[in-house]
Amino acid sequence: MSDTYAPHEFQYSSAEHQAGTALAGMWLFLATEVLFFGGLFLTWIYARSQNLAGFDAGARETELWIGTLNTGILLTSSFVYSTGLAFARVGNNRRLMQCCFAAIGLGLAFLALKFGLEWSGDFDKHLWPVGPDFKFAGEPTEGGARLFYVFYFIGTGLHGVHMVGGIVLVAMIAWRARRREFSPLYVTPVEVVGMYWSFVDIIWIILYPLIYLIGRS
Amino acid sequence: MSTTVVEAAELEKSYLVDKSTVASWLLTTDHKRIAILYLGSITFFFFIGGIAAAAVRLNLLVPEGLIPSAETYNRLFTTHGVIMVWFFLVPAVPVSLGNFVVPLMLGARDLAFPKLNLISWYLFIIGGIIELYALFIGGVDTGWTFYPPMSTSFNQSHVVLAVIGVFVSGFSSIATGLNFIVTIHRLRAPGMTWYKMPIFLWSLYSTSVILVLATPVLAITLLLLGFERIFRIGVFDPAIGGDPILFQHMFWFYSHPAVYIMILPGFGVISEIIPVFCRRRLFGYKFVAWCSVSIAVISFFVWGHHMFVSGQSLYASVVFSLLSYAVAVPSAIKVFNWIGTMHKGFIRFDAPMLYALGFVGLFTIGGLTGLFVAALAADVHLTQTYFVVAHFHYVMVGGMVTAFFGGLHYWWPKITGRMYPEMWGRAAALIIFIGFNVTFAPQFLLGYLGMPRRYHSYPPDFQVLNVLSSAGATILAAGYLLPLGYLTWSLFRGERAPANPWGATGLEWQTPSPPPAKNFATTPVVTEPPYTFPPPELVQNRV
Ligand SMILES: [Cu+2]
Repeated sequence: MSDTYAPHEFQYSSAEHQAGTALAGMWLFLATEVLFFGGLFLTWIYARSQNLAGFDAGARETELWIGTLNTGILLTSSFVYSTGLAFARVGNNRRLMQCCFAAIGLGLAFLALKFGLEWSGDFDKHLWPVGPDFKFAGEPTEGGARLFYVFYFIGTGLHGVHMVGGIVLVAMIAWRARRREFSPLYVTPVEVVGMYWSFVDIIWIILYPLIYLIGRS
Repeated sequence: MSTTVVEAAELEKSYLVDKSTVASWLLTTDHKRIAILYLGSITFFFFIGGIAAAAVRLNLLVPEGLIPSAETYNRLFTTHGVIMVWFFLVPAVPVSLGNFVVPLMLGARDLAFPKLNLISWYLFIIGGIIELYALFIGGVDTGWTFYPPMSTSFNQSHVVLAVIGVFVSGFSSIATGLNFIVTIHRLRAPGMTWYKMPIFLWSLYSTSVILVLATPVLAITLLLLGFERIFRIGVFDPAIGGDPILFQHMFWFYSHPAVYIMILPGFGVISEIIPVFCRRRLFGYKFVAWCSVSIAVISFFVWGHHMFVSGQSLYASVVFSLLSYAVAVPSAIKVFNWIGTMHKGFIRFDAPMLYALGFVGLFTIGGLTGLFVAALAADVHLTQTYFVVAHFHYVMVGGMVTAFFGGLHYWWPKITGRMYPEMWGRAAALIIFIGFNVTFAPQFLLGYLGMPRRYHSYPPDFQVLNVLSSAGATILAAGYLLPLGYLTWSLFRGERAPANPWGATGLEWQTPSPPPAKNFATTPVVTEPPYTFPPPELVQNRV
């Protein structure tokens, strides 16, 4: 194909070559993320299998409604962003920017619910697993419940860090959309960020049952 | 695919003099300059780790230990291990030689993501500074493996900082691996099919697969460890139902493949050097290529051989033992292929070839003794002894460090535009070979006789062999200091290098030495497979 219609970096032979390479890079990056969270989930499931009663007791203390609401919020955010990508593909930078703002708003709502409301409630209920005033201290399920909350805080904390990173990326896309940088011939950054933003959902979709559902009944 | 023509004026300047401000180096995205930045950094860490090793060998001169405190001794060998593994061996060949020659070999103008490449160097430096700071304020005494509960509950050293240093530098590994994989998939010159790629690229591709897939597991493991160390409560803590053995599984799931991160690039370097200095095609090219890939794959399934005496299930141990034998097969195939290449070749004993020959011998010993410790019953006797220490030093130092020096001499003319002094190069190669064997061969005997590793003192019976080992270490140190001297000298006084001083075939030799900033005047088109040397009977003696 020709390289006349869009600029590209000198190490590529065409804009398409550059676009495909960027997507390949993001796929591979997500593979590293799978291994990173995969290690966490593996240790989590193994520890649970060794401490069933404690994990179940811990899971029952979690706020199911916040987790469920957040799941909906996050999936909606990805949907909205993907809509923005569709707008970008037909060259509508204004709608893309609006979609980015909506996606960011939903992301911030997730963080507010998660860390503003849920975590502070958890601390109030003495669910922070460190120290003698842990809620389950002295009970037979103490050890397992402590383990559950170690995983809970590390897992949600890491997911939160990824959310913040994603929000920054989406904001950068919004900024570039405002400057009308995207066109039907140039949407790669929107796609690449979209892959990451959807990946953050996928992590949550595994965290959600691990935290709120399994062992609850 | 279209070809890009670089402006003729731009071409004349080599990458070294293209721009000369400090910022043009520290903010460069040129893979060749980043390779130089990395080369300087890993050389620095090599000598830091080396000083710690020298202190260890000094201590072991006398049975009661020359260093008064066992605690200090523990911190010294931990420093040696942490620095050498994560700040020299793992990055060494990929980030320096690999960074420099991968795009050149592919016929590309840079890596796919040049900015990511620069970020990876900064991550490495930040991780390195954190690590050095941790060592400076007192160090760590857990051994490089950071096993809990030793690392989490039972010591006063700077575990958290050391772990953060390794964690950060891990992301530099991931960035480099990702860049190499994408580059090799996407930036091959027209005509450069997979089977036309030099073996060095196959090796680095396999290495990168491990870097990208194993390092994240180390990252999460160290993160869990750091949490436990800070809050004294965590998932490896048996007091609350956690499992310290789980740490070992997670750690070795990374660290066994990491052994191949450290050796596969060495295989690649040797596969480049031997055909050139024998004027022969690489014997069994496809076998060598696919052996790299199969080593990378199998290496993910052998980690349990580090845990034969940890109480893991016997059946698991049997399977891990079997798989560990399996991973030796592709490694052995490579050794036979190198020897097959040399057979009836027209061998020139330049310094790179001397290193390559040393590599083949030392790696073979390292590999074969690996089979001893992969055998369940033998391992019960040999584990945690100096036999293991000798085994992995034969692979890591005799193998990898030798290959690194071989590659450094081989590509030195290309990197710097200057020839190194050949006589000094040969002398250093021989001194390193002799020093290495005097240092580590006695340790096989010590381990077989039962001397445990990581002890500050030992029974007087072992003194003769220990003194021999320490004496060898001084020869080895001299051998490593020599290149530092004469390579630096050659930067200023060395003979100017032609584009292709060795008569080699790779694309990197078809551009001037040192290469222009954008690598090639016109994008090369590849028509020949690699290593197309004429048959030896047609080669004139050029020495
Ligand atoms: Cu191993």
